[in-house]
Amino acid sequence: MGTLNDEQHKSYDMGMHTEQLTGRTMQKFFSLDEDGGRFTQPYTHDVDFDKKYELDVEGMESSAINTKIRELMVDGYGHIVIKNPLAKHSIFVGMLNRLKVDIEGSLGYFGCGLIDGPNVRISGRVGWSCAENMMSGTVVIEKNAGSSFGAAIRGGDLVCKGDVGSRTGIDQKGGNIIVGGSTGAFSGFMMQRGRMVILGNAGVNLGDSMYDGTIYVGGDVKSYGVDAVPGEMTDMDAKWLENKLNLYGMKAPNGISKMKKIVAGKQLWNYDNLEPTEKKIIL
Amino acid sequence: MCGIAGIIHRKKGGDVGTEMTSMLRALKHRGPDSTGFALYGQPVEGQYVMRYKIAEQEELSSGFHIHKDLEERKAKVDERLRGLGVDILSEEAVTEYAYRVTIKFDGDMRKMADYIEDVDGVEILSIGEGLELIKDLGDADVVADQYSLNGFAGSHGIGHTRMATESDVDIRSAHPYWAYPFKDVSVVHNGQLTNYWNFRRKLEHRGHRFMSNCDSELIAVYLADKMDQGKDLQESMQDSLAELDGAFTYLVATTDKLGMAKDTMAAKPMVIYESEDMVVLASEECAIRSIFPHEVDSFDPYEGEVRVWER
Repeated sequence: MGTLNDEQHKSYDMGMHTEQLTGRTMQKFFSLDEDGGRFTQPYTHDVDFDKKYELDVEGMESSAINTKIRELMVDGYGHIVIKNPLAKHSIFVGMLNRLKVDIEGSLGYFGCGLIDGPNVRISGRVGWSCAENMMSGTVVIEKNAGSSFGAAIRGGDLVCKGDVGSRTGIDQKGGNIIVGGSTGAFSGFMMQRGRMVILGNAGVNLGDSMYDGTIYVGGDVKSYGVDAVPGEMTDMDAKWLENKLNLYGMKAPNGISKMKKIVAGKQLWNYDNLEPTEKKIIL
Repeated sequence: MCGIAGIIHRKKGGDVGTEMTSMLRALKHRGPDSTGFALYGQPVEGQYVMRYKIAEQEELSSGFHIHKDLEERKAKVDERLRGLGVDILSEEAVTEYAYRVTIKFDGDMRKMADYIEDVDGVEILSIGEGLELIKDLGDADVVADQYSLNGFAGSHGIGHTRMATESDVDIRSAHPYWAYPFKDVSVVHNGQLTNYWNFRRKLEHRGHRFMSNCDSELIAVYLADKMDQGKDLQESMQDSLAELDGAFTYLVATTDKLGMAKDTMAAKPMVIYESEDMVVLASEECAIRSIFPHEVDSFDPYEGEVRVWER
């Protein structure tokens, strides 16, 4: 990799590139030097972040809302304010642009799913499966969230300042999930990578069958899942937590030093490091 | 997938008919097969409201003598009520197969219910001082219009929109279920019970009756049995989390209480809004927003949680 620019320095300082990568799933399959010029996303648009549009969605169907948002991006709007969402389902799904979005109100199920790049702030609450399969960007929710919060996310920061339901970060493959309150049962189930921060309490079976990744908990854990084990909190963890929580104006109620770190015991791992084709060659 | 909703006004009453219709309309996408309401009006001392049906809706389109048969069934019900010394104060034929009567009766409620339901095709939907249980095929607007529910003044209510899965699309499989023979107790449920048949056999051996093959009916009968043994509503609901197996969230209402239970897997949704004046809860936030268009703070209950609110 070439020389780091200011943005990259900032992300390295925050500890975003300090995770020890181990195992087959942790390998890097591309480098920015080789492929940097080919990371152009389809269906994205040049938008002006100073160009703002207020969209009142009362009385609109979810599909019409999402279509309208895409039309606004085509027209170059980079800051969209969504008013009166009234907990409708599937709002702001599949948006792949860099975009600033303020949602004034609450979303129903599947809000902000499959997004790649936008910075979203939601003043209300969200229903089940918020930001499922999110690739990058930020989603910040000021109130509570339902179950399956951040299921299978791969990147970005997903932040809920209140409590969330059960199965938070199920199948998490990357990125960061930060919860200001408590989370329900089976959170971090089959987690594969990334970080989850719970400042409050966690329900039963936390991190059950997690392959990798890291969970931090500020309060009590009802019970750990299979193969979820306590990890050693390092200075690097503390620095990362401090920076990340500061970024969103959040604080660990009992201090970062009192937080627990949970990692995969890796006793359930049953992999070899070979792809099937490589295995055939050796055999 | 089904949708459930409930509301309880803690201080004054409200138009619970319109409120429940609005919430169930918002949940139509979770199940359009049938819709049911358990609404709690102003109780009158010493009087009961009995809702009963004498046929399934589909029966009306079968057979040459169905209308005559229905007349005969109705006549038998009237005869048996009189025979038991039931004082019928008023009677309303809401449809050709659904009736609402107000009665005075100080005898054995279970015996009366069993005797009436012994008439072929007859099912008592509810008996209560405040409870009125209405359920039929169609969405919330269809049922609310058919039974004139908009404007129903009361203190609380629960309701259900059904997507039929393991039992038929008919009124007997629609929710809510009355916790026979306990006056004023009703249940709605979203989920599946996996030990339904085992538990049903146990409860039948204890003398309880089942009118359908719908697993949700089991919860009503289960709670009735627990309360029959002297447990209160909260204890009975707490026991259900350990004894009933499956993925479920259910609501139960009594004369002055509204309860919610969520199983330990937390696989079925519930969102709660709570204020000093009222508690509103539903499978989805959009149902709550249908009666509160402004922003409100709501939350999801956790796994294995039981909550009971009282007026």
